[in-house]
Amino acid sequence: MDWILEPWPWYICGPLIALTMFLLLYLGKNFGMSSNLRTLCTVCGAGKTSDFFRFDWKSQRWNLWVVAGAIIGGYLASHYLSVNQAPDLNPKTIAQLNAYGITSAGNTYVPTELFGPGAFSSPKTIALLLIGGFLVGFGARYAGGCTSGHSISGISNLQRPSLIATIGFFIGGLIMVHLIFPFIF
Amino acid sequence: MKRSITLLLIGIFFGIVMFKSEAASWFRIFEMFNFQSIHMYGLMGSALVVGITIVQFIKRNKVKDANGNPIMIADKERGFRRHLFGGIAFGLGWALAGACPGPMFVLAGAGYFPILVVIVGALFGTWIYGLLKDKLAH
Repeated sequence: MDWILEPWPWYICGPLIALTMFLLLYLGKNFGMSSNLRTLCTVCGAGKTSDFFRFDWKSQRWNLWVVAGAIIGGYLASHYLSVNQAPDLNPKTIAQLNAYGITSAGNTYVPTELFGPGAFSSPKTIALLLIGGFLVGFGARYAGGCTSGHSISGISNLQRPSLIATIGFFIGGLIMVHLIFPFIF
Repeated sequence: MKRSITLLLIGIFFGIVMFKSEAASWFRIFEMFNFQSIHMYGLMGSALVVGITIVQFIKRNKVKDANGNPIMIADKERGFRRHLFGGIAFGLGWALAGACPGPMFVLAGAGYFPILVVIVGALFGTWIYGLLKDKLAH
């Protein structure tokens, strides 16, 4: 059973992501995580500020259960199903990150420089995380979905808008990593 | 109540898969955008091969859901600009924060608390979209 504690290969996990989508379809739901952000805005009272948030959020409550599960799943996977799991990165990737001062590459699950306890005392790190999150939230709603709703569910249903959105995800990611990262790290 | 527990269990399963597949790792996203590993491409590619097969099977055989109703998958709203521009904004954030809307909650559960800043940012971004919606090109 030791394999459980190892990183799981992509060719196992990919089909398991598709299985998640199927299970939700089978329950008469759909696989899309970013719509929860809209629901949470409505729960927080955003309906007072824009029509976009005036909808019956209780009809989306089922998806908040999925989110709650994802939080618990993250806890279980990191505490009970892993022993200091760190991605086995390409040595070139590690060298590149080291040059940026991100020396935790290859040793930790996420960069300590961004997600370690020191993050809260660095205004720059807080700003980067906040801006990153902002773009994810704004972009997902503008595009009408995220990686789960467009790249997995939408493309599985051969939807052209989802293909365009996914190409957009890649254009944005490539701009950030290749053109903007050299200025911020 | 029973249905809620089932959804919670599906969420737990999804959260474990996101963590163990390393799709929730900032490093894997960086590596992907540098084309230095097959990992993320293989993950999404194999999810799509199985996903497309499942959806086509459902549509052709009119598979019914747990309630006995035919599974209906709504088409995505048509358009070009919103998907491209919104997609680019999302991609910029995905690469910077290293997390998309599923994994950000997975990382919160895993105990990487600075991800809460990302979640706050994502809620704020969603809210701003709602305010600006009518002024944006769709």
